[in-house]
Amino acid sequence: MLQTLVNGLIAGSLLAVPAIGFSAMFSVLAYPNFAIGALASVGAYAGWLVNSQWGWPLPAAFAAAFLIAGMVAALAERVAIRPLSQAGALMMAIASLAIGLILENLLRFGFGNDLRNFDLPIARDLRIGELRIGPQQIDNVVIALVTMILLWLFLRRTWLGRSMRAVADNPDLARLKGVDPERVALIAVLIGGGLCGVGGTLIGLDTSIEPLTGPRLVLSVFAAAVLAGLGSIPGAVLGAMLIGLVEELTVLELAPTYRTASGFLVILLVLTFRPSGLLGARRA
Amino acid sequence: MLNYLGFILVLGGIYALLAQSLMLSWGVTGMVNLGLAGFFALGAYASAMLTKWGGAPVPVGLLAAIVAGGVAGLVVTISTLRLRDDYLALVTLGFAETIRLVAANEVWLTGGSDGISGIPSPFPRDLGAGFNGLYLVLVSVLALLALAALNRLISSPWGRALRAIREDQTVAAVAGKPVTRIKAEAFGIAAAIAGLAGALYGHYTSYIAPDMFEPLITIYVFLAVTAGGNARPLGALVGAYGLIVFVEGTRFAAALAPGISAVQAASLREIAVGLALLLLLRFKPAGLFPERSQKAPIR
Repeated sequence: MLQTLVNGLIAGSLLAVPAIGFSAMFSVLAYPNFAIGALASVGAYAGWLVNSQWGWPLPAAFAAAFLIAGMVAALAERVAIRPLSQAGALMMAIASLAIGLILENLLRFGFGNDLRNFDLPIARDLRIGELRIGPQQIDNVVIALVTMILLWLFLRRTWLGRSMRAVADNPDLARLKGVDPERVALIAVLIGGGLCGVGGTLIGLDTSIEPLTGPRLVLSVFAAAVLAGLGSIPGAVLGAMLIGLVEELTVLELAPTYRTASGFLVILLVLTFRPSGLLGARRA
Repeated sequence: MLNYLGFILVLGGIYALLAQSLMLSWGVTGMVNLGLAGFFALGAYASAMLTKWGGAPVPVGLLAAIVAGGVAGLVVTISTLRLRDDYLALVTLGFAETIRLVAANEVWLTGGSDGISGIPSPFPRDLGAGFNGLYLVLVSVLALLALAALNRLISSPWGRALRAIREDQTVAAVAGKPVTRIKAEAFGIAAAIAGLAGALYGHYTSYIAPDMFEPLITIYVFLAVTAGGNARPLGALVGAYGLIVFVEGTRFAAALAPGISAVQAASLREIAVGLALLLLLRFKPAGLFPERSQKAPIR
């Protein structure tokens, strides 16, 4: 039981990174970006190339994952999605779905469907009483936490971060104060996409990577974001932890294959009984 | 060659039904259904299980698929009817994935990932080309029936209410339209049509498996409906046949490309589908048959 709890929290902290990315994009751009799964895969492959093909250490792999996924997301936003803004949020969401399909297949074209592994030293699991934790899992949680703290500092302490929050809160008021919403939107996509890339790399380190590594995460990420109220960043962290726990419990009680289905069930229940999310965010 | 042509046209008819479903929910009412493949799968499984293992005649199976699709549509929409439309998109996406998981894992119910083979068909299969011909007539008649029915529905007062809801829910509610009820009805009908399409698919191919109902099908139908015109039944029909021609065309084009593997060819084809959808959304969002603005009736 304690093992399940720990596994759930570890899974949740990995999930939190792309969930924050999704929420950050949603709060500023006001449409759900369905390309997050493919962006996570893009990041995972970027990290894998740098780590196991070039032999660079993991921090470089994470930087590459963040930068490449972020730039791909920003490019897609600029070229394909933003021009549809007149047609409404749903059209942009559908365009992001098409972007996701294209990215996933570009990866498949380049790398095939084979499973790829990061270049990691084999290490013995740590044992604390009955508990077993892999050393890489601890590193992953630390990296996830560091990413979240960096983002928090960026949003609180820098001018750009504050303008991002201002646009999310009230775009018109932000423009009145001299914030350029276009630029802020692009920064939000860069960061949101980058976080998805880091999330994909974390999952890749935990298991292995293939083009569908990211898309498989999507439902859990959505569940985490909806659980605490769409668009709330601290909520996304809490939501991810809860989803991580729910999924581990599902694995324990039901079949492992229903892991993602439990995410869907959570979405349905939350939307039916408490649509504004557990934290009761501003949007409904 | 004749058999191939028959196959293409039957497939076109089945996609025409899927396109009518999406046209009604997305184009006319503004409710995005990202789980179309799930409703398609549900209909296919409902009818296949009932006719293969329950021994029911095929028409009963088709009816069951319609009911199963409609009921699932209502269940999925009920939780999100009062929320912003992006929530429905998330829920339907999850629905399709869950259906696929259940189909792949509940071996006692669905045959698991082996699928269901030997699904009965309404006409004897040993007719060969005759079977294809008869099935083509059946599917085409049903696709045309759906077209005619939706044409009438959309130009009725109920259909006007749908468009009013799409343009502005609040205004429609102020005008006295029962917004939540009408949305549930529209989505239920749309999902029922997708269920029927699934059943027709299963009885035609005689074999279904969870892998066949991947999310790509949903994107195909979005492409068809966007190309044809997303608020016109005629547009959805033409778009669906156009889609099949396009998808089959990419198959031949990919076979011509030199020096690439099968996986690479398949990925190129999916990239072409994604690009086509992006280009249409950007440069011809109204499609071949744009929505006509209806004049208010003179009293």
